Amino acid sequence: MLKILYFAGLRERLGQGSEELELPAGVSDVAALRDLLASRGGAWESLLTLRNLRYAVNQQMARLDSPVQAGDEIAFFPPVTGG
Amino acid sequence: MRISVQEADFDVGAELAALRQGNPQIGAVASFVGLVRDDNDGAGVAEMSLEHYPGMTEKALAEIVEAACRRWAIIDALVIHRVGRLLPSDQIVLVAVAGAHRGEAFAACAFIMDYLKTRAPFWKREVTPAGARWVDARDADDQAAARWREPGAQTD
Repeated sequence: MLKILYFAGLRERLGQGSEELELPAGVSDVAALRDLLASRGGAWESLLTLRNLRYAVNQQMARLDSPVQAGDEIAFFPPVTGG
Repeated sequence: MRISVQEADFDVGAELAALRQGNPQIGAVASFVGLVRDDNDGAGVAEMSLEHYPGMTEKALAEIVEAACRRWAIIDALVIHRVGRLLPSDQIVLVAVAGAHRGEAFAACAFIMDYLKTRAPFWKREVTPAGARWVDARDADDQAAARWREPGAQTD
């Protein structure tokens, strides 16, 4: 299983903050997971169109080519605005 | 090192006293307090809410403070960041650094704050007369963090 988290404006657009997903066949990195989620259409296309979307794998900042495997916690979120 | 992400307000005087208590090697404490302003990007801000990524936010803050400890000879550091609903003039964040001398304390405090702004997962949502909106990240914050980049360091 993968645990997938969405935060802030992205969470609002998608209408959900988290989901669990069986690791889909052929998904081995963040880019492939993002593309698969975006193919759901509608608001999910935000994953491709939002400017400067950020990714984390197991609570560490990640890149599109960062590997993804079963048991990982993957997060998608907009650029951070704390402080 | 103390890292806290909390809804509750904090007492700056008490936090700074606790940071330096019992250590006569400390000759300097530099601190920064961030506050909620009542305007942003030309609109009045009636209130704000701050969201974070429980678990990752605390780790990211600890990593930023550890990076500061490797770079400067500081003695101790403190980061408190609030989440949840905040009103204008409320305190949002406290960064404090204790060292033997002011130079490293000032530098490490600014470094921690600049990295927090660009790397710690917090998101601000403002309530304005036109409705609620998520605050956009600022290029100026990326530039502020970039000034700490060391020659030869990997960029990201």
